[in-house]
Amino acid sequence: MTAIKTREPAAESSGPAARAELPRLGWRGGLRYLWTQLTSMRTALILLFALALAAIPGSLVPQRRISPVRVSDFINERPTLGPIYDKIGLFNVYSSPWFAAIYLLLFVSLIGCIVPRVAVYAKALRARPPKTPRNLVRLPAYARADISSGNHDVLERAADSLRRRHYRVDTHTDSVAAERGYLREAGNLVFHISLVFVLIGVAIGVLFGFRGTSVVIVGQGFSNNLTQYDDFSAGARFKETDLAPFSVTVKDFEVRFETGPVQRGAARLFRANVEVTDRPGAAPRQEVLEVNKPLHIAGTTVHLIGHGYAPKVTVKDAQGNVAFSGPVVMLPQDGNFTSLGAVKAPDARPERLAFEALFLPTAVLNDQGPQSIFPDALNPALFANVWYGPPKVETGKPENVYSLDTAGLSQLKQSDGQPVRIALKVGDGVNLPDGKGSIQLDGWVRWVKLQIGDTPGVPISLVALAFAVAGLCLSLFVRPRRVWIRVRDGEADHKVLEVGALDRADARAGLTDDVAELAAELSHTPEDVSAT
Amino acid sequence: MRYEYYSNVALVSSVVVYALAMFAHAAEWAAARRVSVAGETEPELVDVAAEDRHAKPSTMRPEPVEGRQQADPGTSPASSARVEQFGRMGVALTIIGFLLSVAGVLLRALAAHRAPWGNMFEFTITAMVLIVGVYLILLWRTGMRWLGLPVTLLAAVGNGLAVTVFYVAVAPLVPALHSVWFLIHIVAAAISGAAFNVGGVMSILYLIKKRAEDRGDVRGYLERLPSSRKIDLIAYRFLAFAFPLWTFTVAAGAIWAEYAWGRYWGWDPKETWALVTWVIYAGYLHARSTAGWRGTRAAVIAIIGLTSFWFNFVGINLLVSGLHSYAGI
Repeated sequence: MTAIKTREPAAESSGPAARAELPRLGWRGGLRYLWTQLTSMRTALILLFALALAAIPGSLVPQRRISPVRVSDFINERPTLGPIYDKIGLFNVYSSPWFAAIYLLLFVSLIGCIVPRVAVYAKALRARPPKTPRNLVRLPAYARADISSGNHDVLERAADSLRRRHYRVDTHTDSVAAERGYLREAGNLVFHISLVFVLIGVAIGVLFGFRGTSVVIVGQGFSNNLTQYDDFSAGARFKETDLAPFSVTVKDFEVRFETGPVQRGAARLFRANVEVTDRPGAAPRQEVLEVNKPLHIAGTTVHLIGHGYAPKVTVKDAQGNVAFSGPVVMLPQDGNFTSLGAVKAPDARPERLAFEALFLPTAVLNDQGPQSIFPDALNPALFANVWYGPPKVETGKPENVYSLDTAGLSQLKQSDGQPVRIALKVGDGVNLPDGKGSIQLDGWVRWVKLQIGDTPGVPISLVALAFAVAGLCLSLFVRPRRVWIRVRDGEADHKVLEVGALDRADARAGLTDDVAELAAELSHTPEDVSAT
Repeated sequence: MRYEYYSNVALVSSVVVYALAMFAHAAEWAAARRVSVAGETEPELVDVAAEDRHAKPSTMRPEPVEGRQQADPGTSPASSARVEQFGRMGVALTIIGFLLSVAGVLLRALAAHRAPWGNMFEFTITAMVLIVGVYLILLWRTGMRWLGLPVTLLAAVGNGLAVTVFYVAVAPLVPALHSVWFLIHIVAAAISGAAFNVGGVMSILYLIKKRAEDRGDVRGYLERLPSSRKIDLIAYRFLAFAFPLWTFTVAAGAIWAEYAWGRYWGWDPKETWALVTWVIYAGYLHARSTAGWRGTRAAVIAIIGLTSFWFNFVGINLLVSGLHSYAGI
C-alpha cells in the first residue's frame, strides 16, 4: 500500500551489511536476517507474484476436487505427462504443499510487517504535528499574504479553521502546526489485519465445516445422517454428532426450459417444494427451495444444485415374479439430459437380471442412434442392453448404483448373435427372449440433488472482508497532509502571513490551490500567491 | 424483437463511428509530428507528488514540457490548425459513437426486459459505455484529448468483438442469475473493469512517454502528453479507485456463489483469475511504494494486471469450461 511509511527497504540497506557481519552474529543474527528478509516489501512483492503464478495452473489443468472425471480422462490421454502432473500436485493445486507454502509465507510476511507498524501507529496516534520548519518557502506549496497589524487573532483563526477541517493542531508562539490524515495508515493496517481474519474464517470453515450431497427422488425424503449422503467431506474437527437431526421431503419439483428459438433448452426455472422437519417430532413446515435461495435449517444450509430423471421400471423374472420395481436414478450426461444408469434385479430367479440403460427425455432416433434433443420430458424413452447371470452371493460390499459391473454376467443376445436392444416408451413393456423375464417402463420422476453443508467461518470472513474493503478505501483515499502557518514581521508595521504545506501521499491534487485559499481566507487580502 | 434489431444497428454503427474517430485521432497524431506545442499551455491535471518535491526542491517549479525549447520556428499555423481540426473531429465522432452505444445498451435492456448484463456481449457493451464515458468526462473536465486515440481504439475493438464474436440474441436469464447479486456483482465488475482499462492505457502511454523522455527525444504527439510523472499519477488514481471496487466485486461474487452454488469459493477458473488479477494489482500498489519498483516496473505490473483481467474475461469464457459459462458464450 502507499502508506505514510513504507516497509523498510531491508534488502537494500541492511542486507549487505548483515551478510558481512553474519559470522559474528551467529544463529540469532542469521534468524533475524532471515526475518528482515521475509518481512521486507520486496519479499512480499515476490510472494504476491508467486501466488498469482501458482494459482494459474489450477485454472487450466482439471482439478480433482472440481471434476475428478476430467482428471482421469486427462491422465488416460497423456500417459507420460499425466503421472508427472499428478506427482507434483497439479491436479490438486489449491491443496498442494507448495501452494500452501506460498500463501502461508505471504501471511507470515504480512503479520511480520503489520505488528511493528501497529506499534508505530499506536505512538503516532498520540503524536503532535511536527514543529513549524524554519523555511516554509521550501515546502512543496507555499503562499504568503500581507496582513494589517490590527489582525491580531490570525493564528487563532488559522487554528480554528484547520480544526474545522479535521486537522490536529498545535499552536506555537508565532505559528500553527497542523496535520491530518492519520486514518490512512489506520486503514492500511485494518486492511492487512482483516486479510488475516479472512484467512482465519476460511480455516475455521475448513476445520469444522462439512459438505455433502444427496440425490433425492421427488416424493421421497432426506434425513440428515451420514448414511443418507452420496458424498460427504468434512473438516478434521468435525464430529458426526454435529449433524442436526432434520429431515427434508421433496414434495414436487418444477422445471422449465427455454422453448423459444434463442438458447433453446436453457434452464429457466428450478423450484422444489419441500417439507422440512427441524427435528424428529417437530411439526413439519412447507418451504420453497430454489437456486439462489437456499434453506437454512438448524444451522445447516441446504442448496438445490442439480436435478435429473429417474425412470420407473418394473422387472419380472423368468418365473413371472416382480424382481424389481421403482424409480432408478440416472445421471445426466449432457445439456439435453441424456441420462445413463443401471437397472439391477439381483433377486431375479433362476438368473439375476441387469440392464445398462439410457433414458432420453426427448428421444429421437437418427444416424448416431438414440439421442435426446431437449432437456424436458416431451418424448421420454428408455433404451437398454440386457445382462443375466447366476445369482450373486450377498457380500454387503457397496457397489456403484449408477453403473453396471458386468463381471459374472453375460449379455443377452438374439439368435443371430446381435445383442438384444430394448426400446421402451412410457407404458410399454417387453418380454425378454428365451423366456428370461420382462421389463416395463411404468413412467418417470425427477430427482433433485441437494447439497447439505455448514461452513462455520463464513461470518468471520464476511465481516473481515467488509473491514478490508473499508480499510482499503481509507488507505487509498485519505490524504495525509501537513500545514504550517506563521506570522512574521514584514515591512513597516505590516505583518506577513506565511502558509506552507506538504502532502504525504501520492495522487493528491490541489495542494497549491488549497494553500492559496487558506492564505486568502486568513488575510482577506491575498497578495502574492505563488506555487513555488 | 424490434428493439433488439435497433440495438444491434446502433452498436454496429458505434463500431464504425469509433473506428472513424480513431482514424481522426491517428491523423491528429500524425499531423502533430510536424507541429510543436510551443506556446500552448498544458492544463494542470495533478500535482506532482509531494514527497518528490519535498526531496528535491529544485523540481518544485512547474516542469517545462520537454521539447518546448526546440520549437521549430518554421512551424506553419496551418498545420497546427490541422491538428486541432482532426482532434475536434475525433472528439465529435467519439461523442456520436458514445451516444450510439448508450442507445444500443438501453435498447438491449428494453428488448430483454432486464438489466443488460446477462452475458459477455452485454457486459462488454456496458463496459465500453463506461470507458468512453469516463474518457469524455476527463476530456470535458481536464482536456485530456491525448487519451483519444487509445480509448477510441479500445472502444472500436471492444464493441467490434462484442457484435461479432460475443454476440448472442436476447434471452432471459438462467435461474442461477436470478439474484440481486447479479446487479451488484456485475455493475461493480464493469466499473472496476473500465477503470482498470483506462489505468492500463495510461500505463502504456506512461511507458512510451518515459522511454522518449529518457532518450531525450520527445517529439510530435508525445510532446502533447503530460510528463510521464503525471501520467503515472493519473494511472495510479484510476487503479487505486478500481482496486477496492475489484475487491468488493470478488467479495460480492463470493457471497453470491454461497447462495447460488453453496460454496463461497470453489477455485472455478473465473474465480481463480479474478484472484490472480487482484493479487497482481495488489502487487502494483505495493510496488509503487517500494524503492526500485516505482515507475516503469509498476507500470509493467499494471499492464500485466490488465492482461490478466482480459484473459479472465475473454480467455476463460471462451477456452475453459467453468461455472461462469452460462449464456451460450
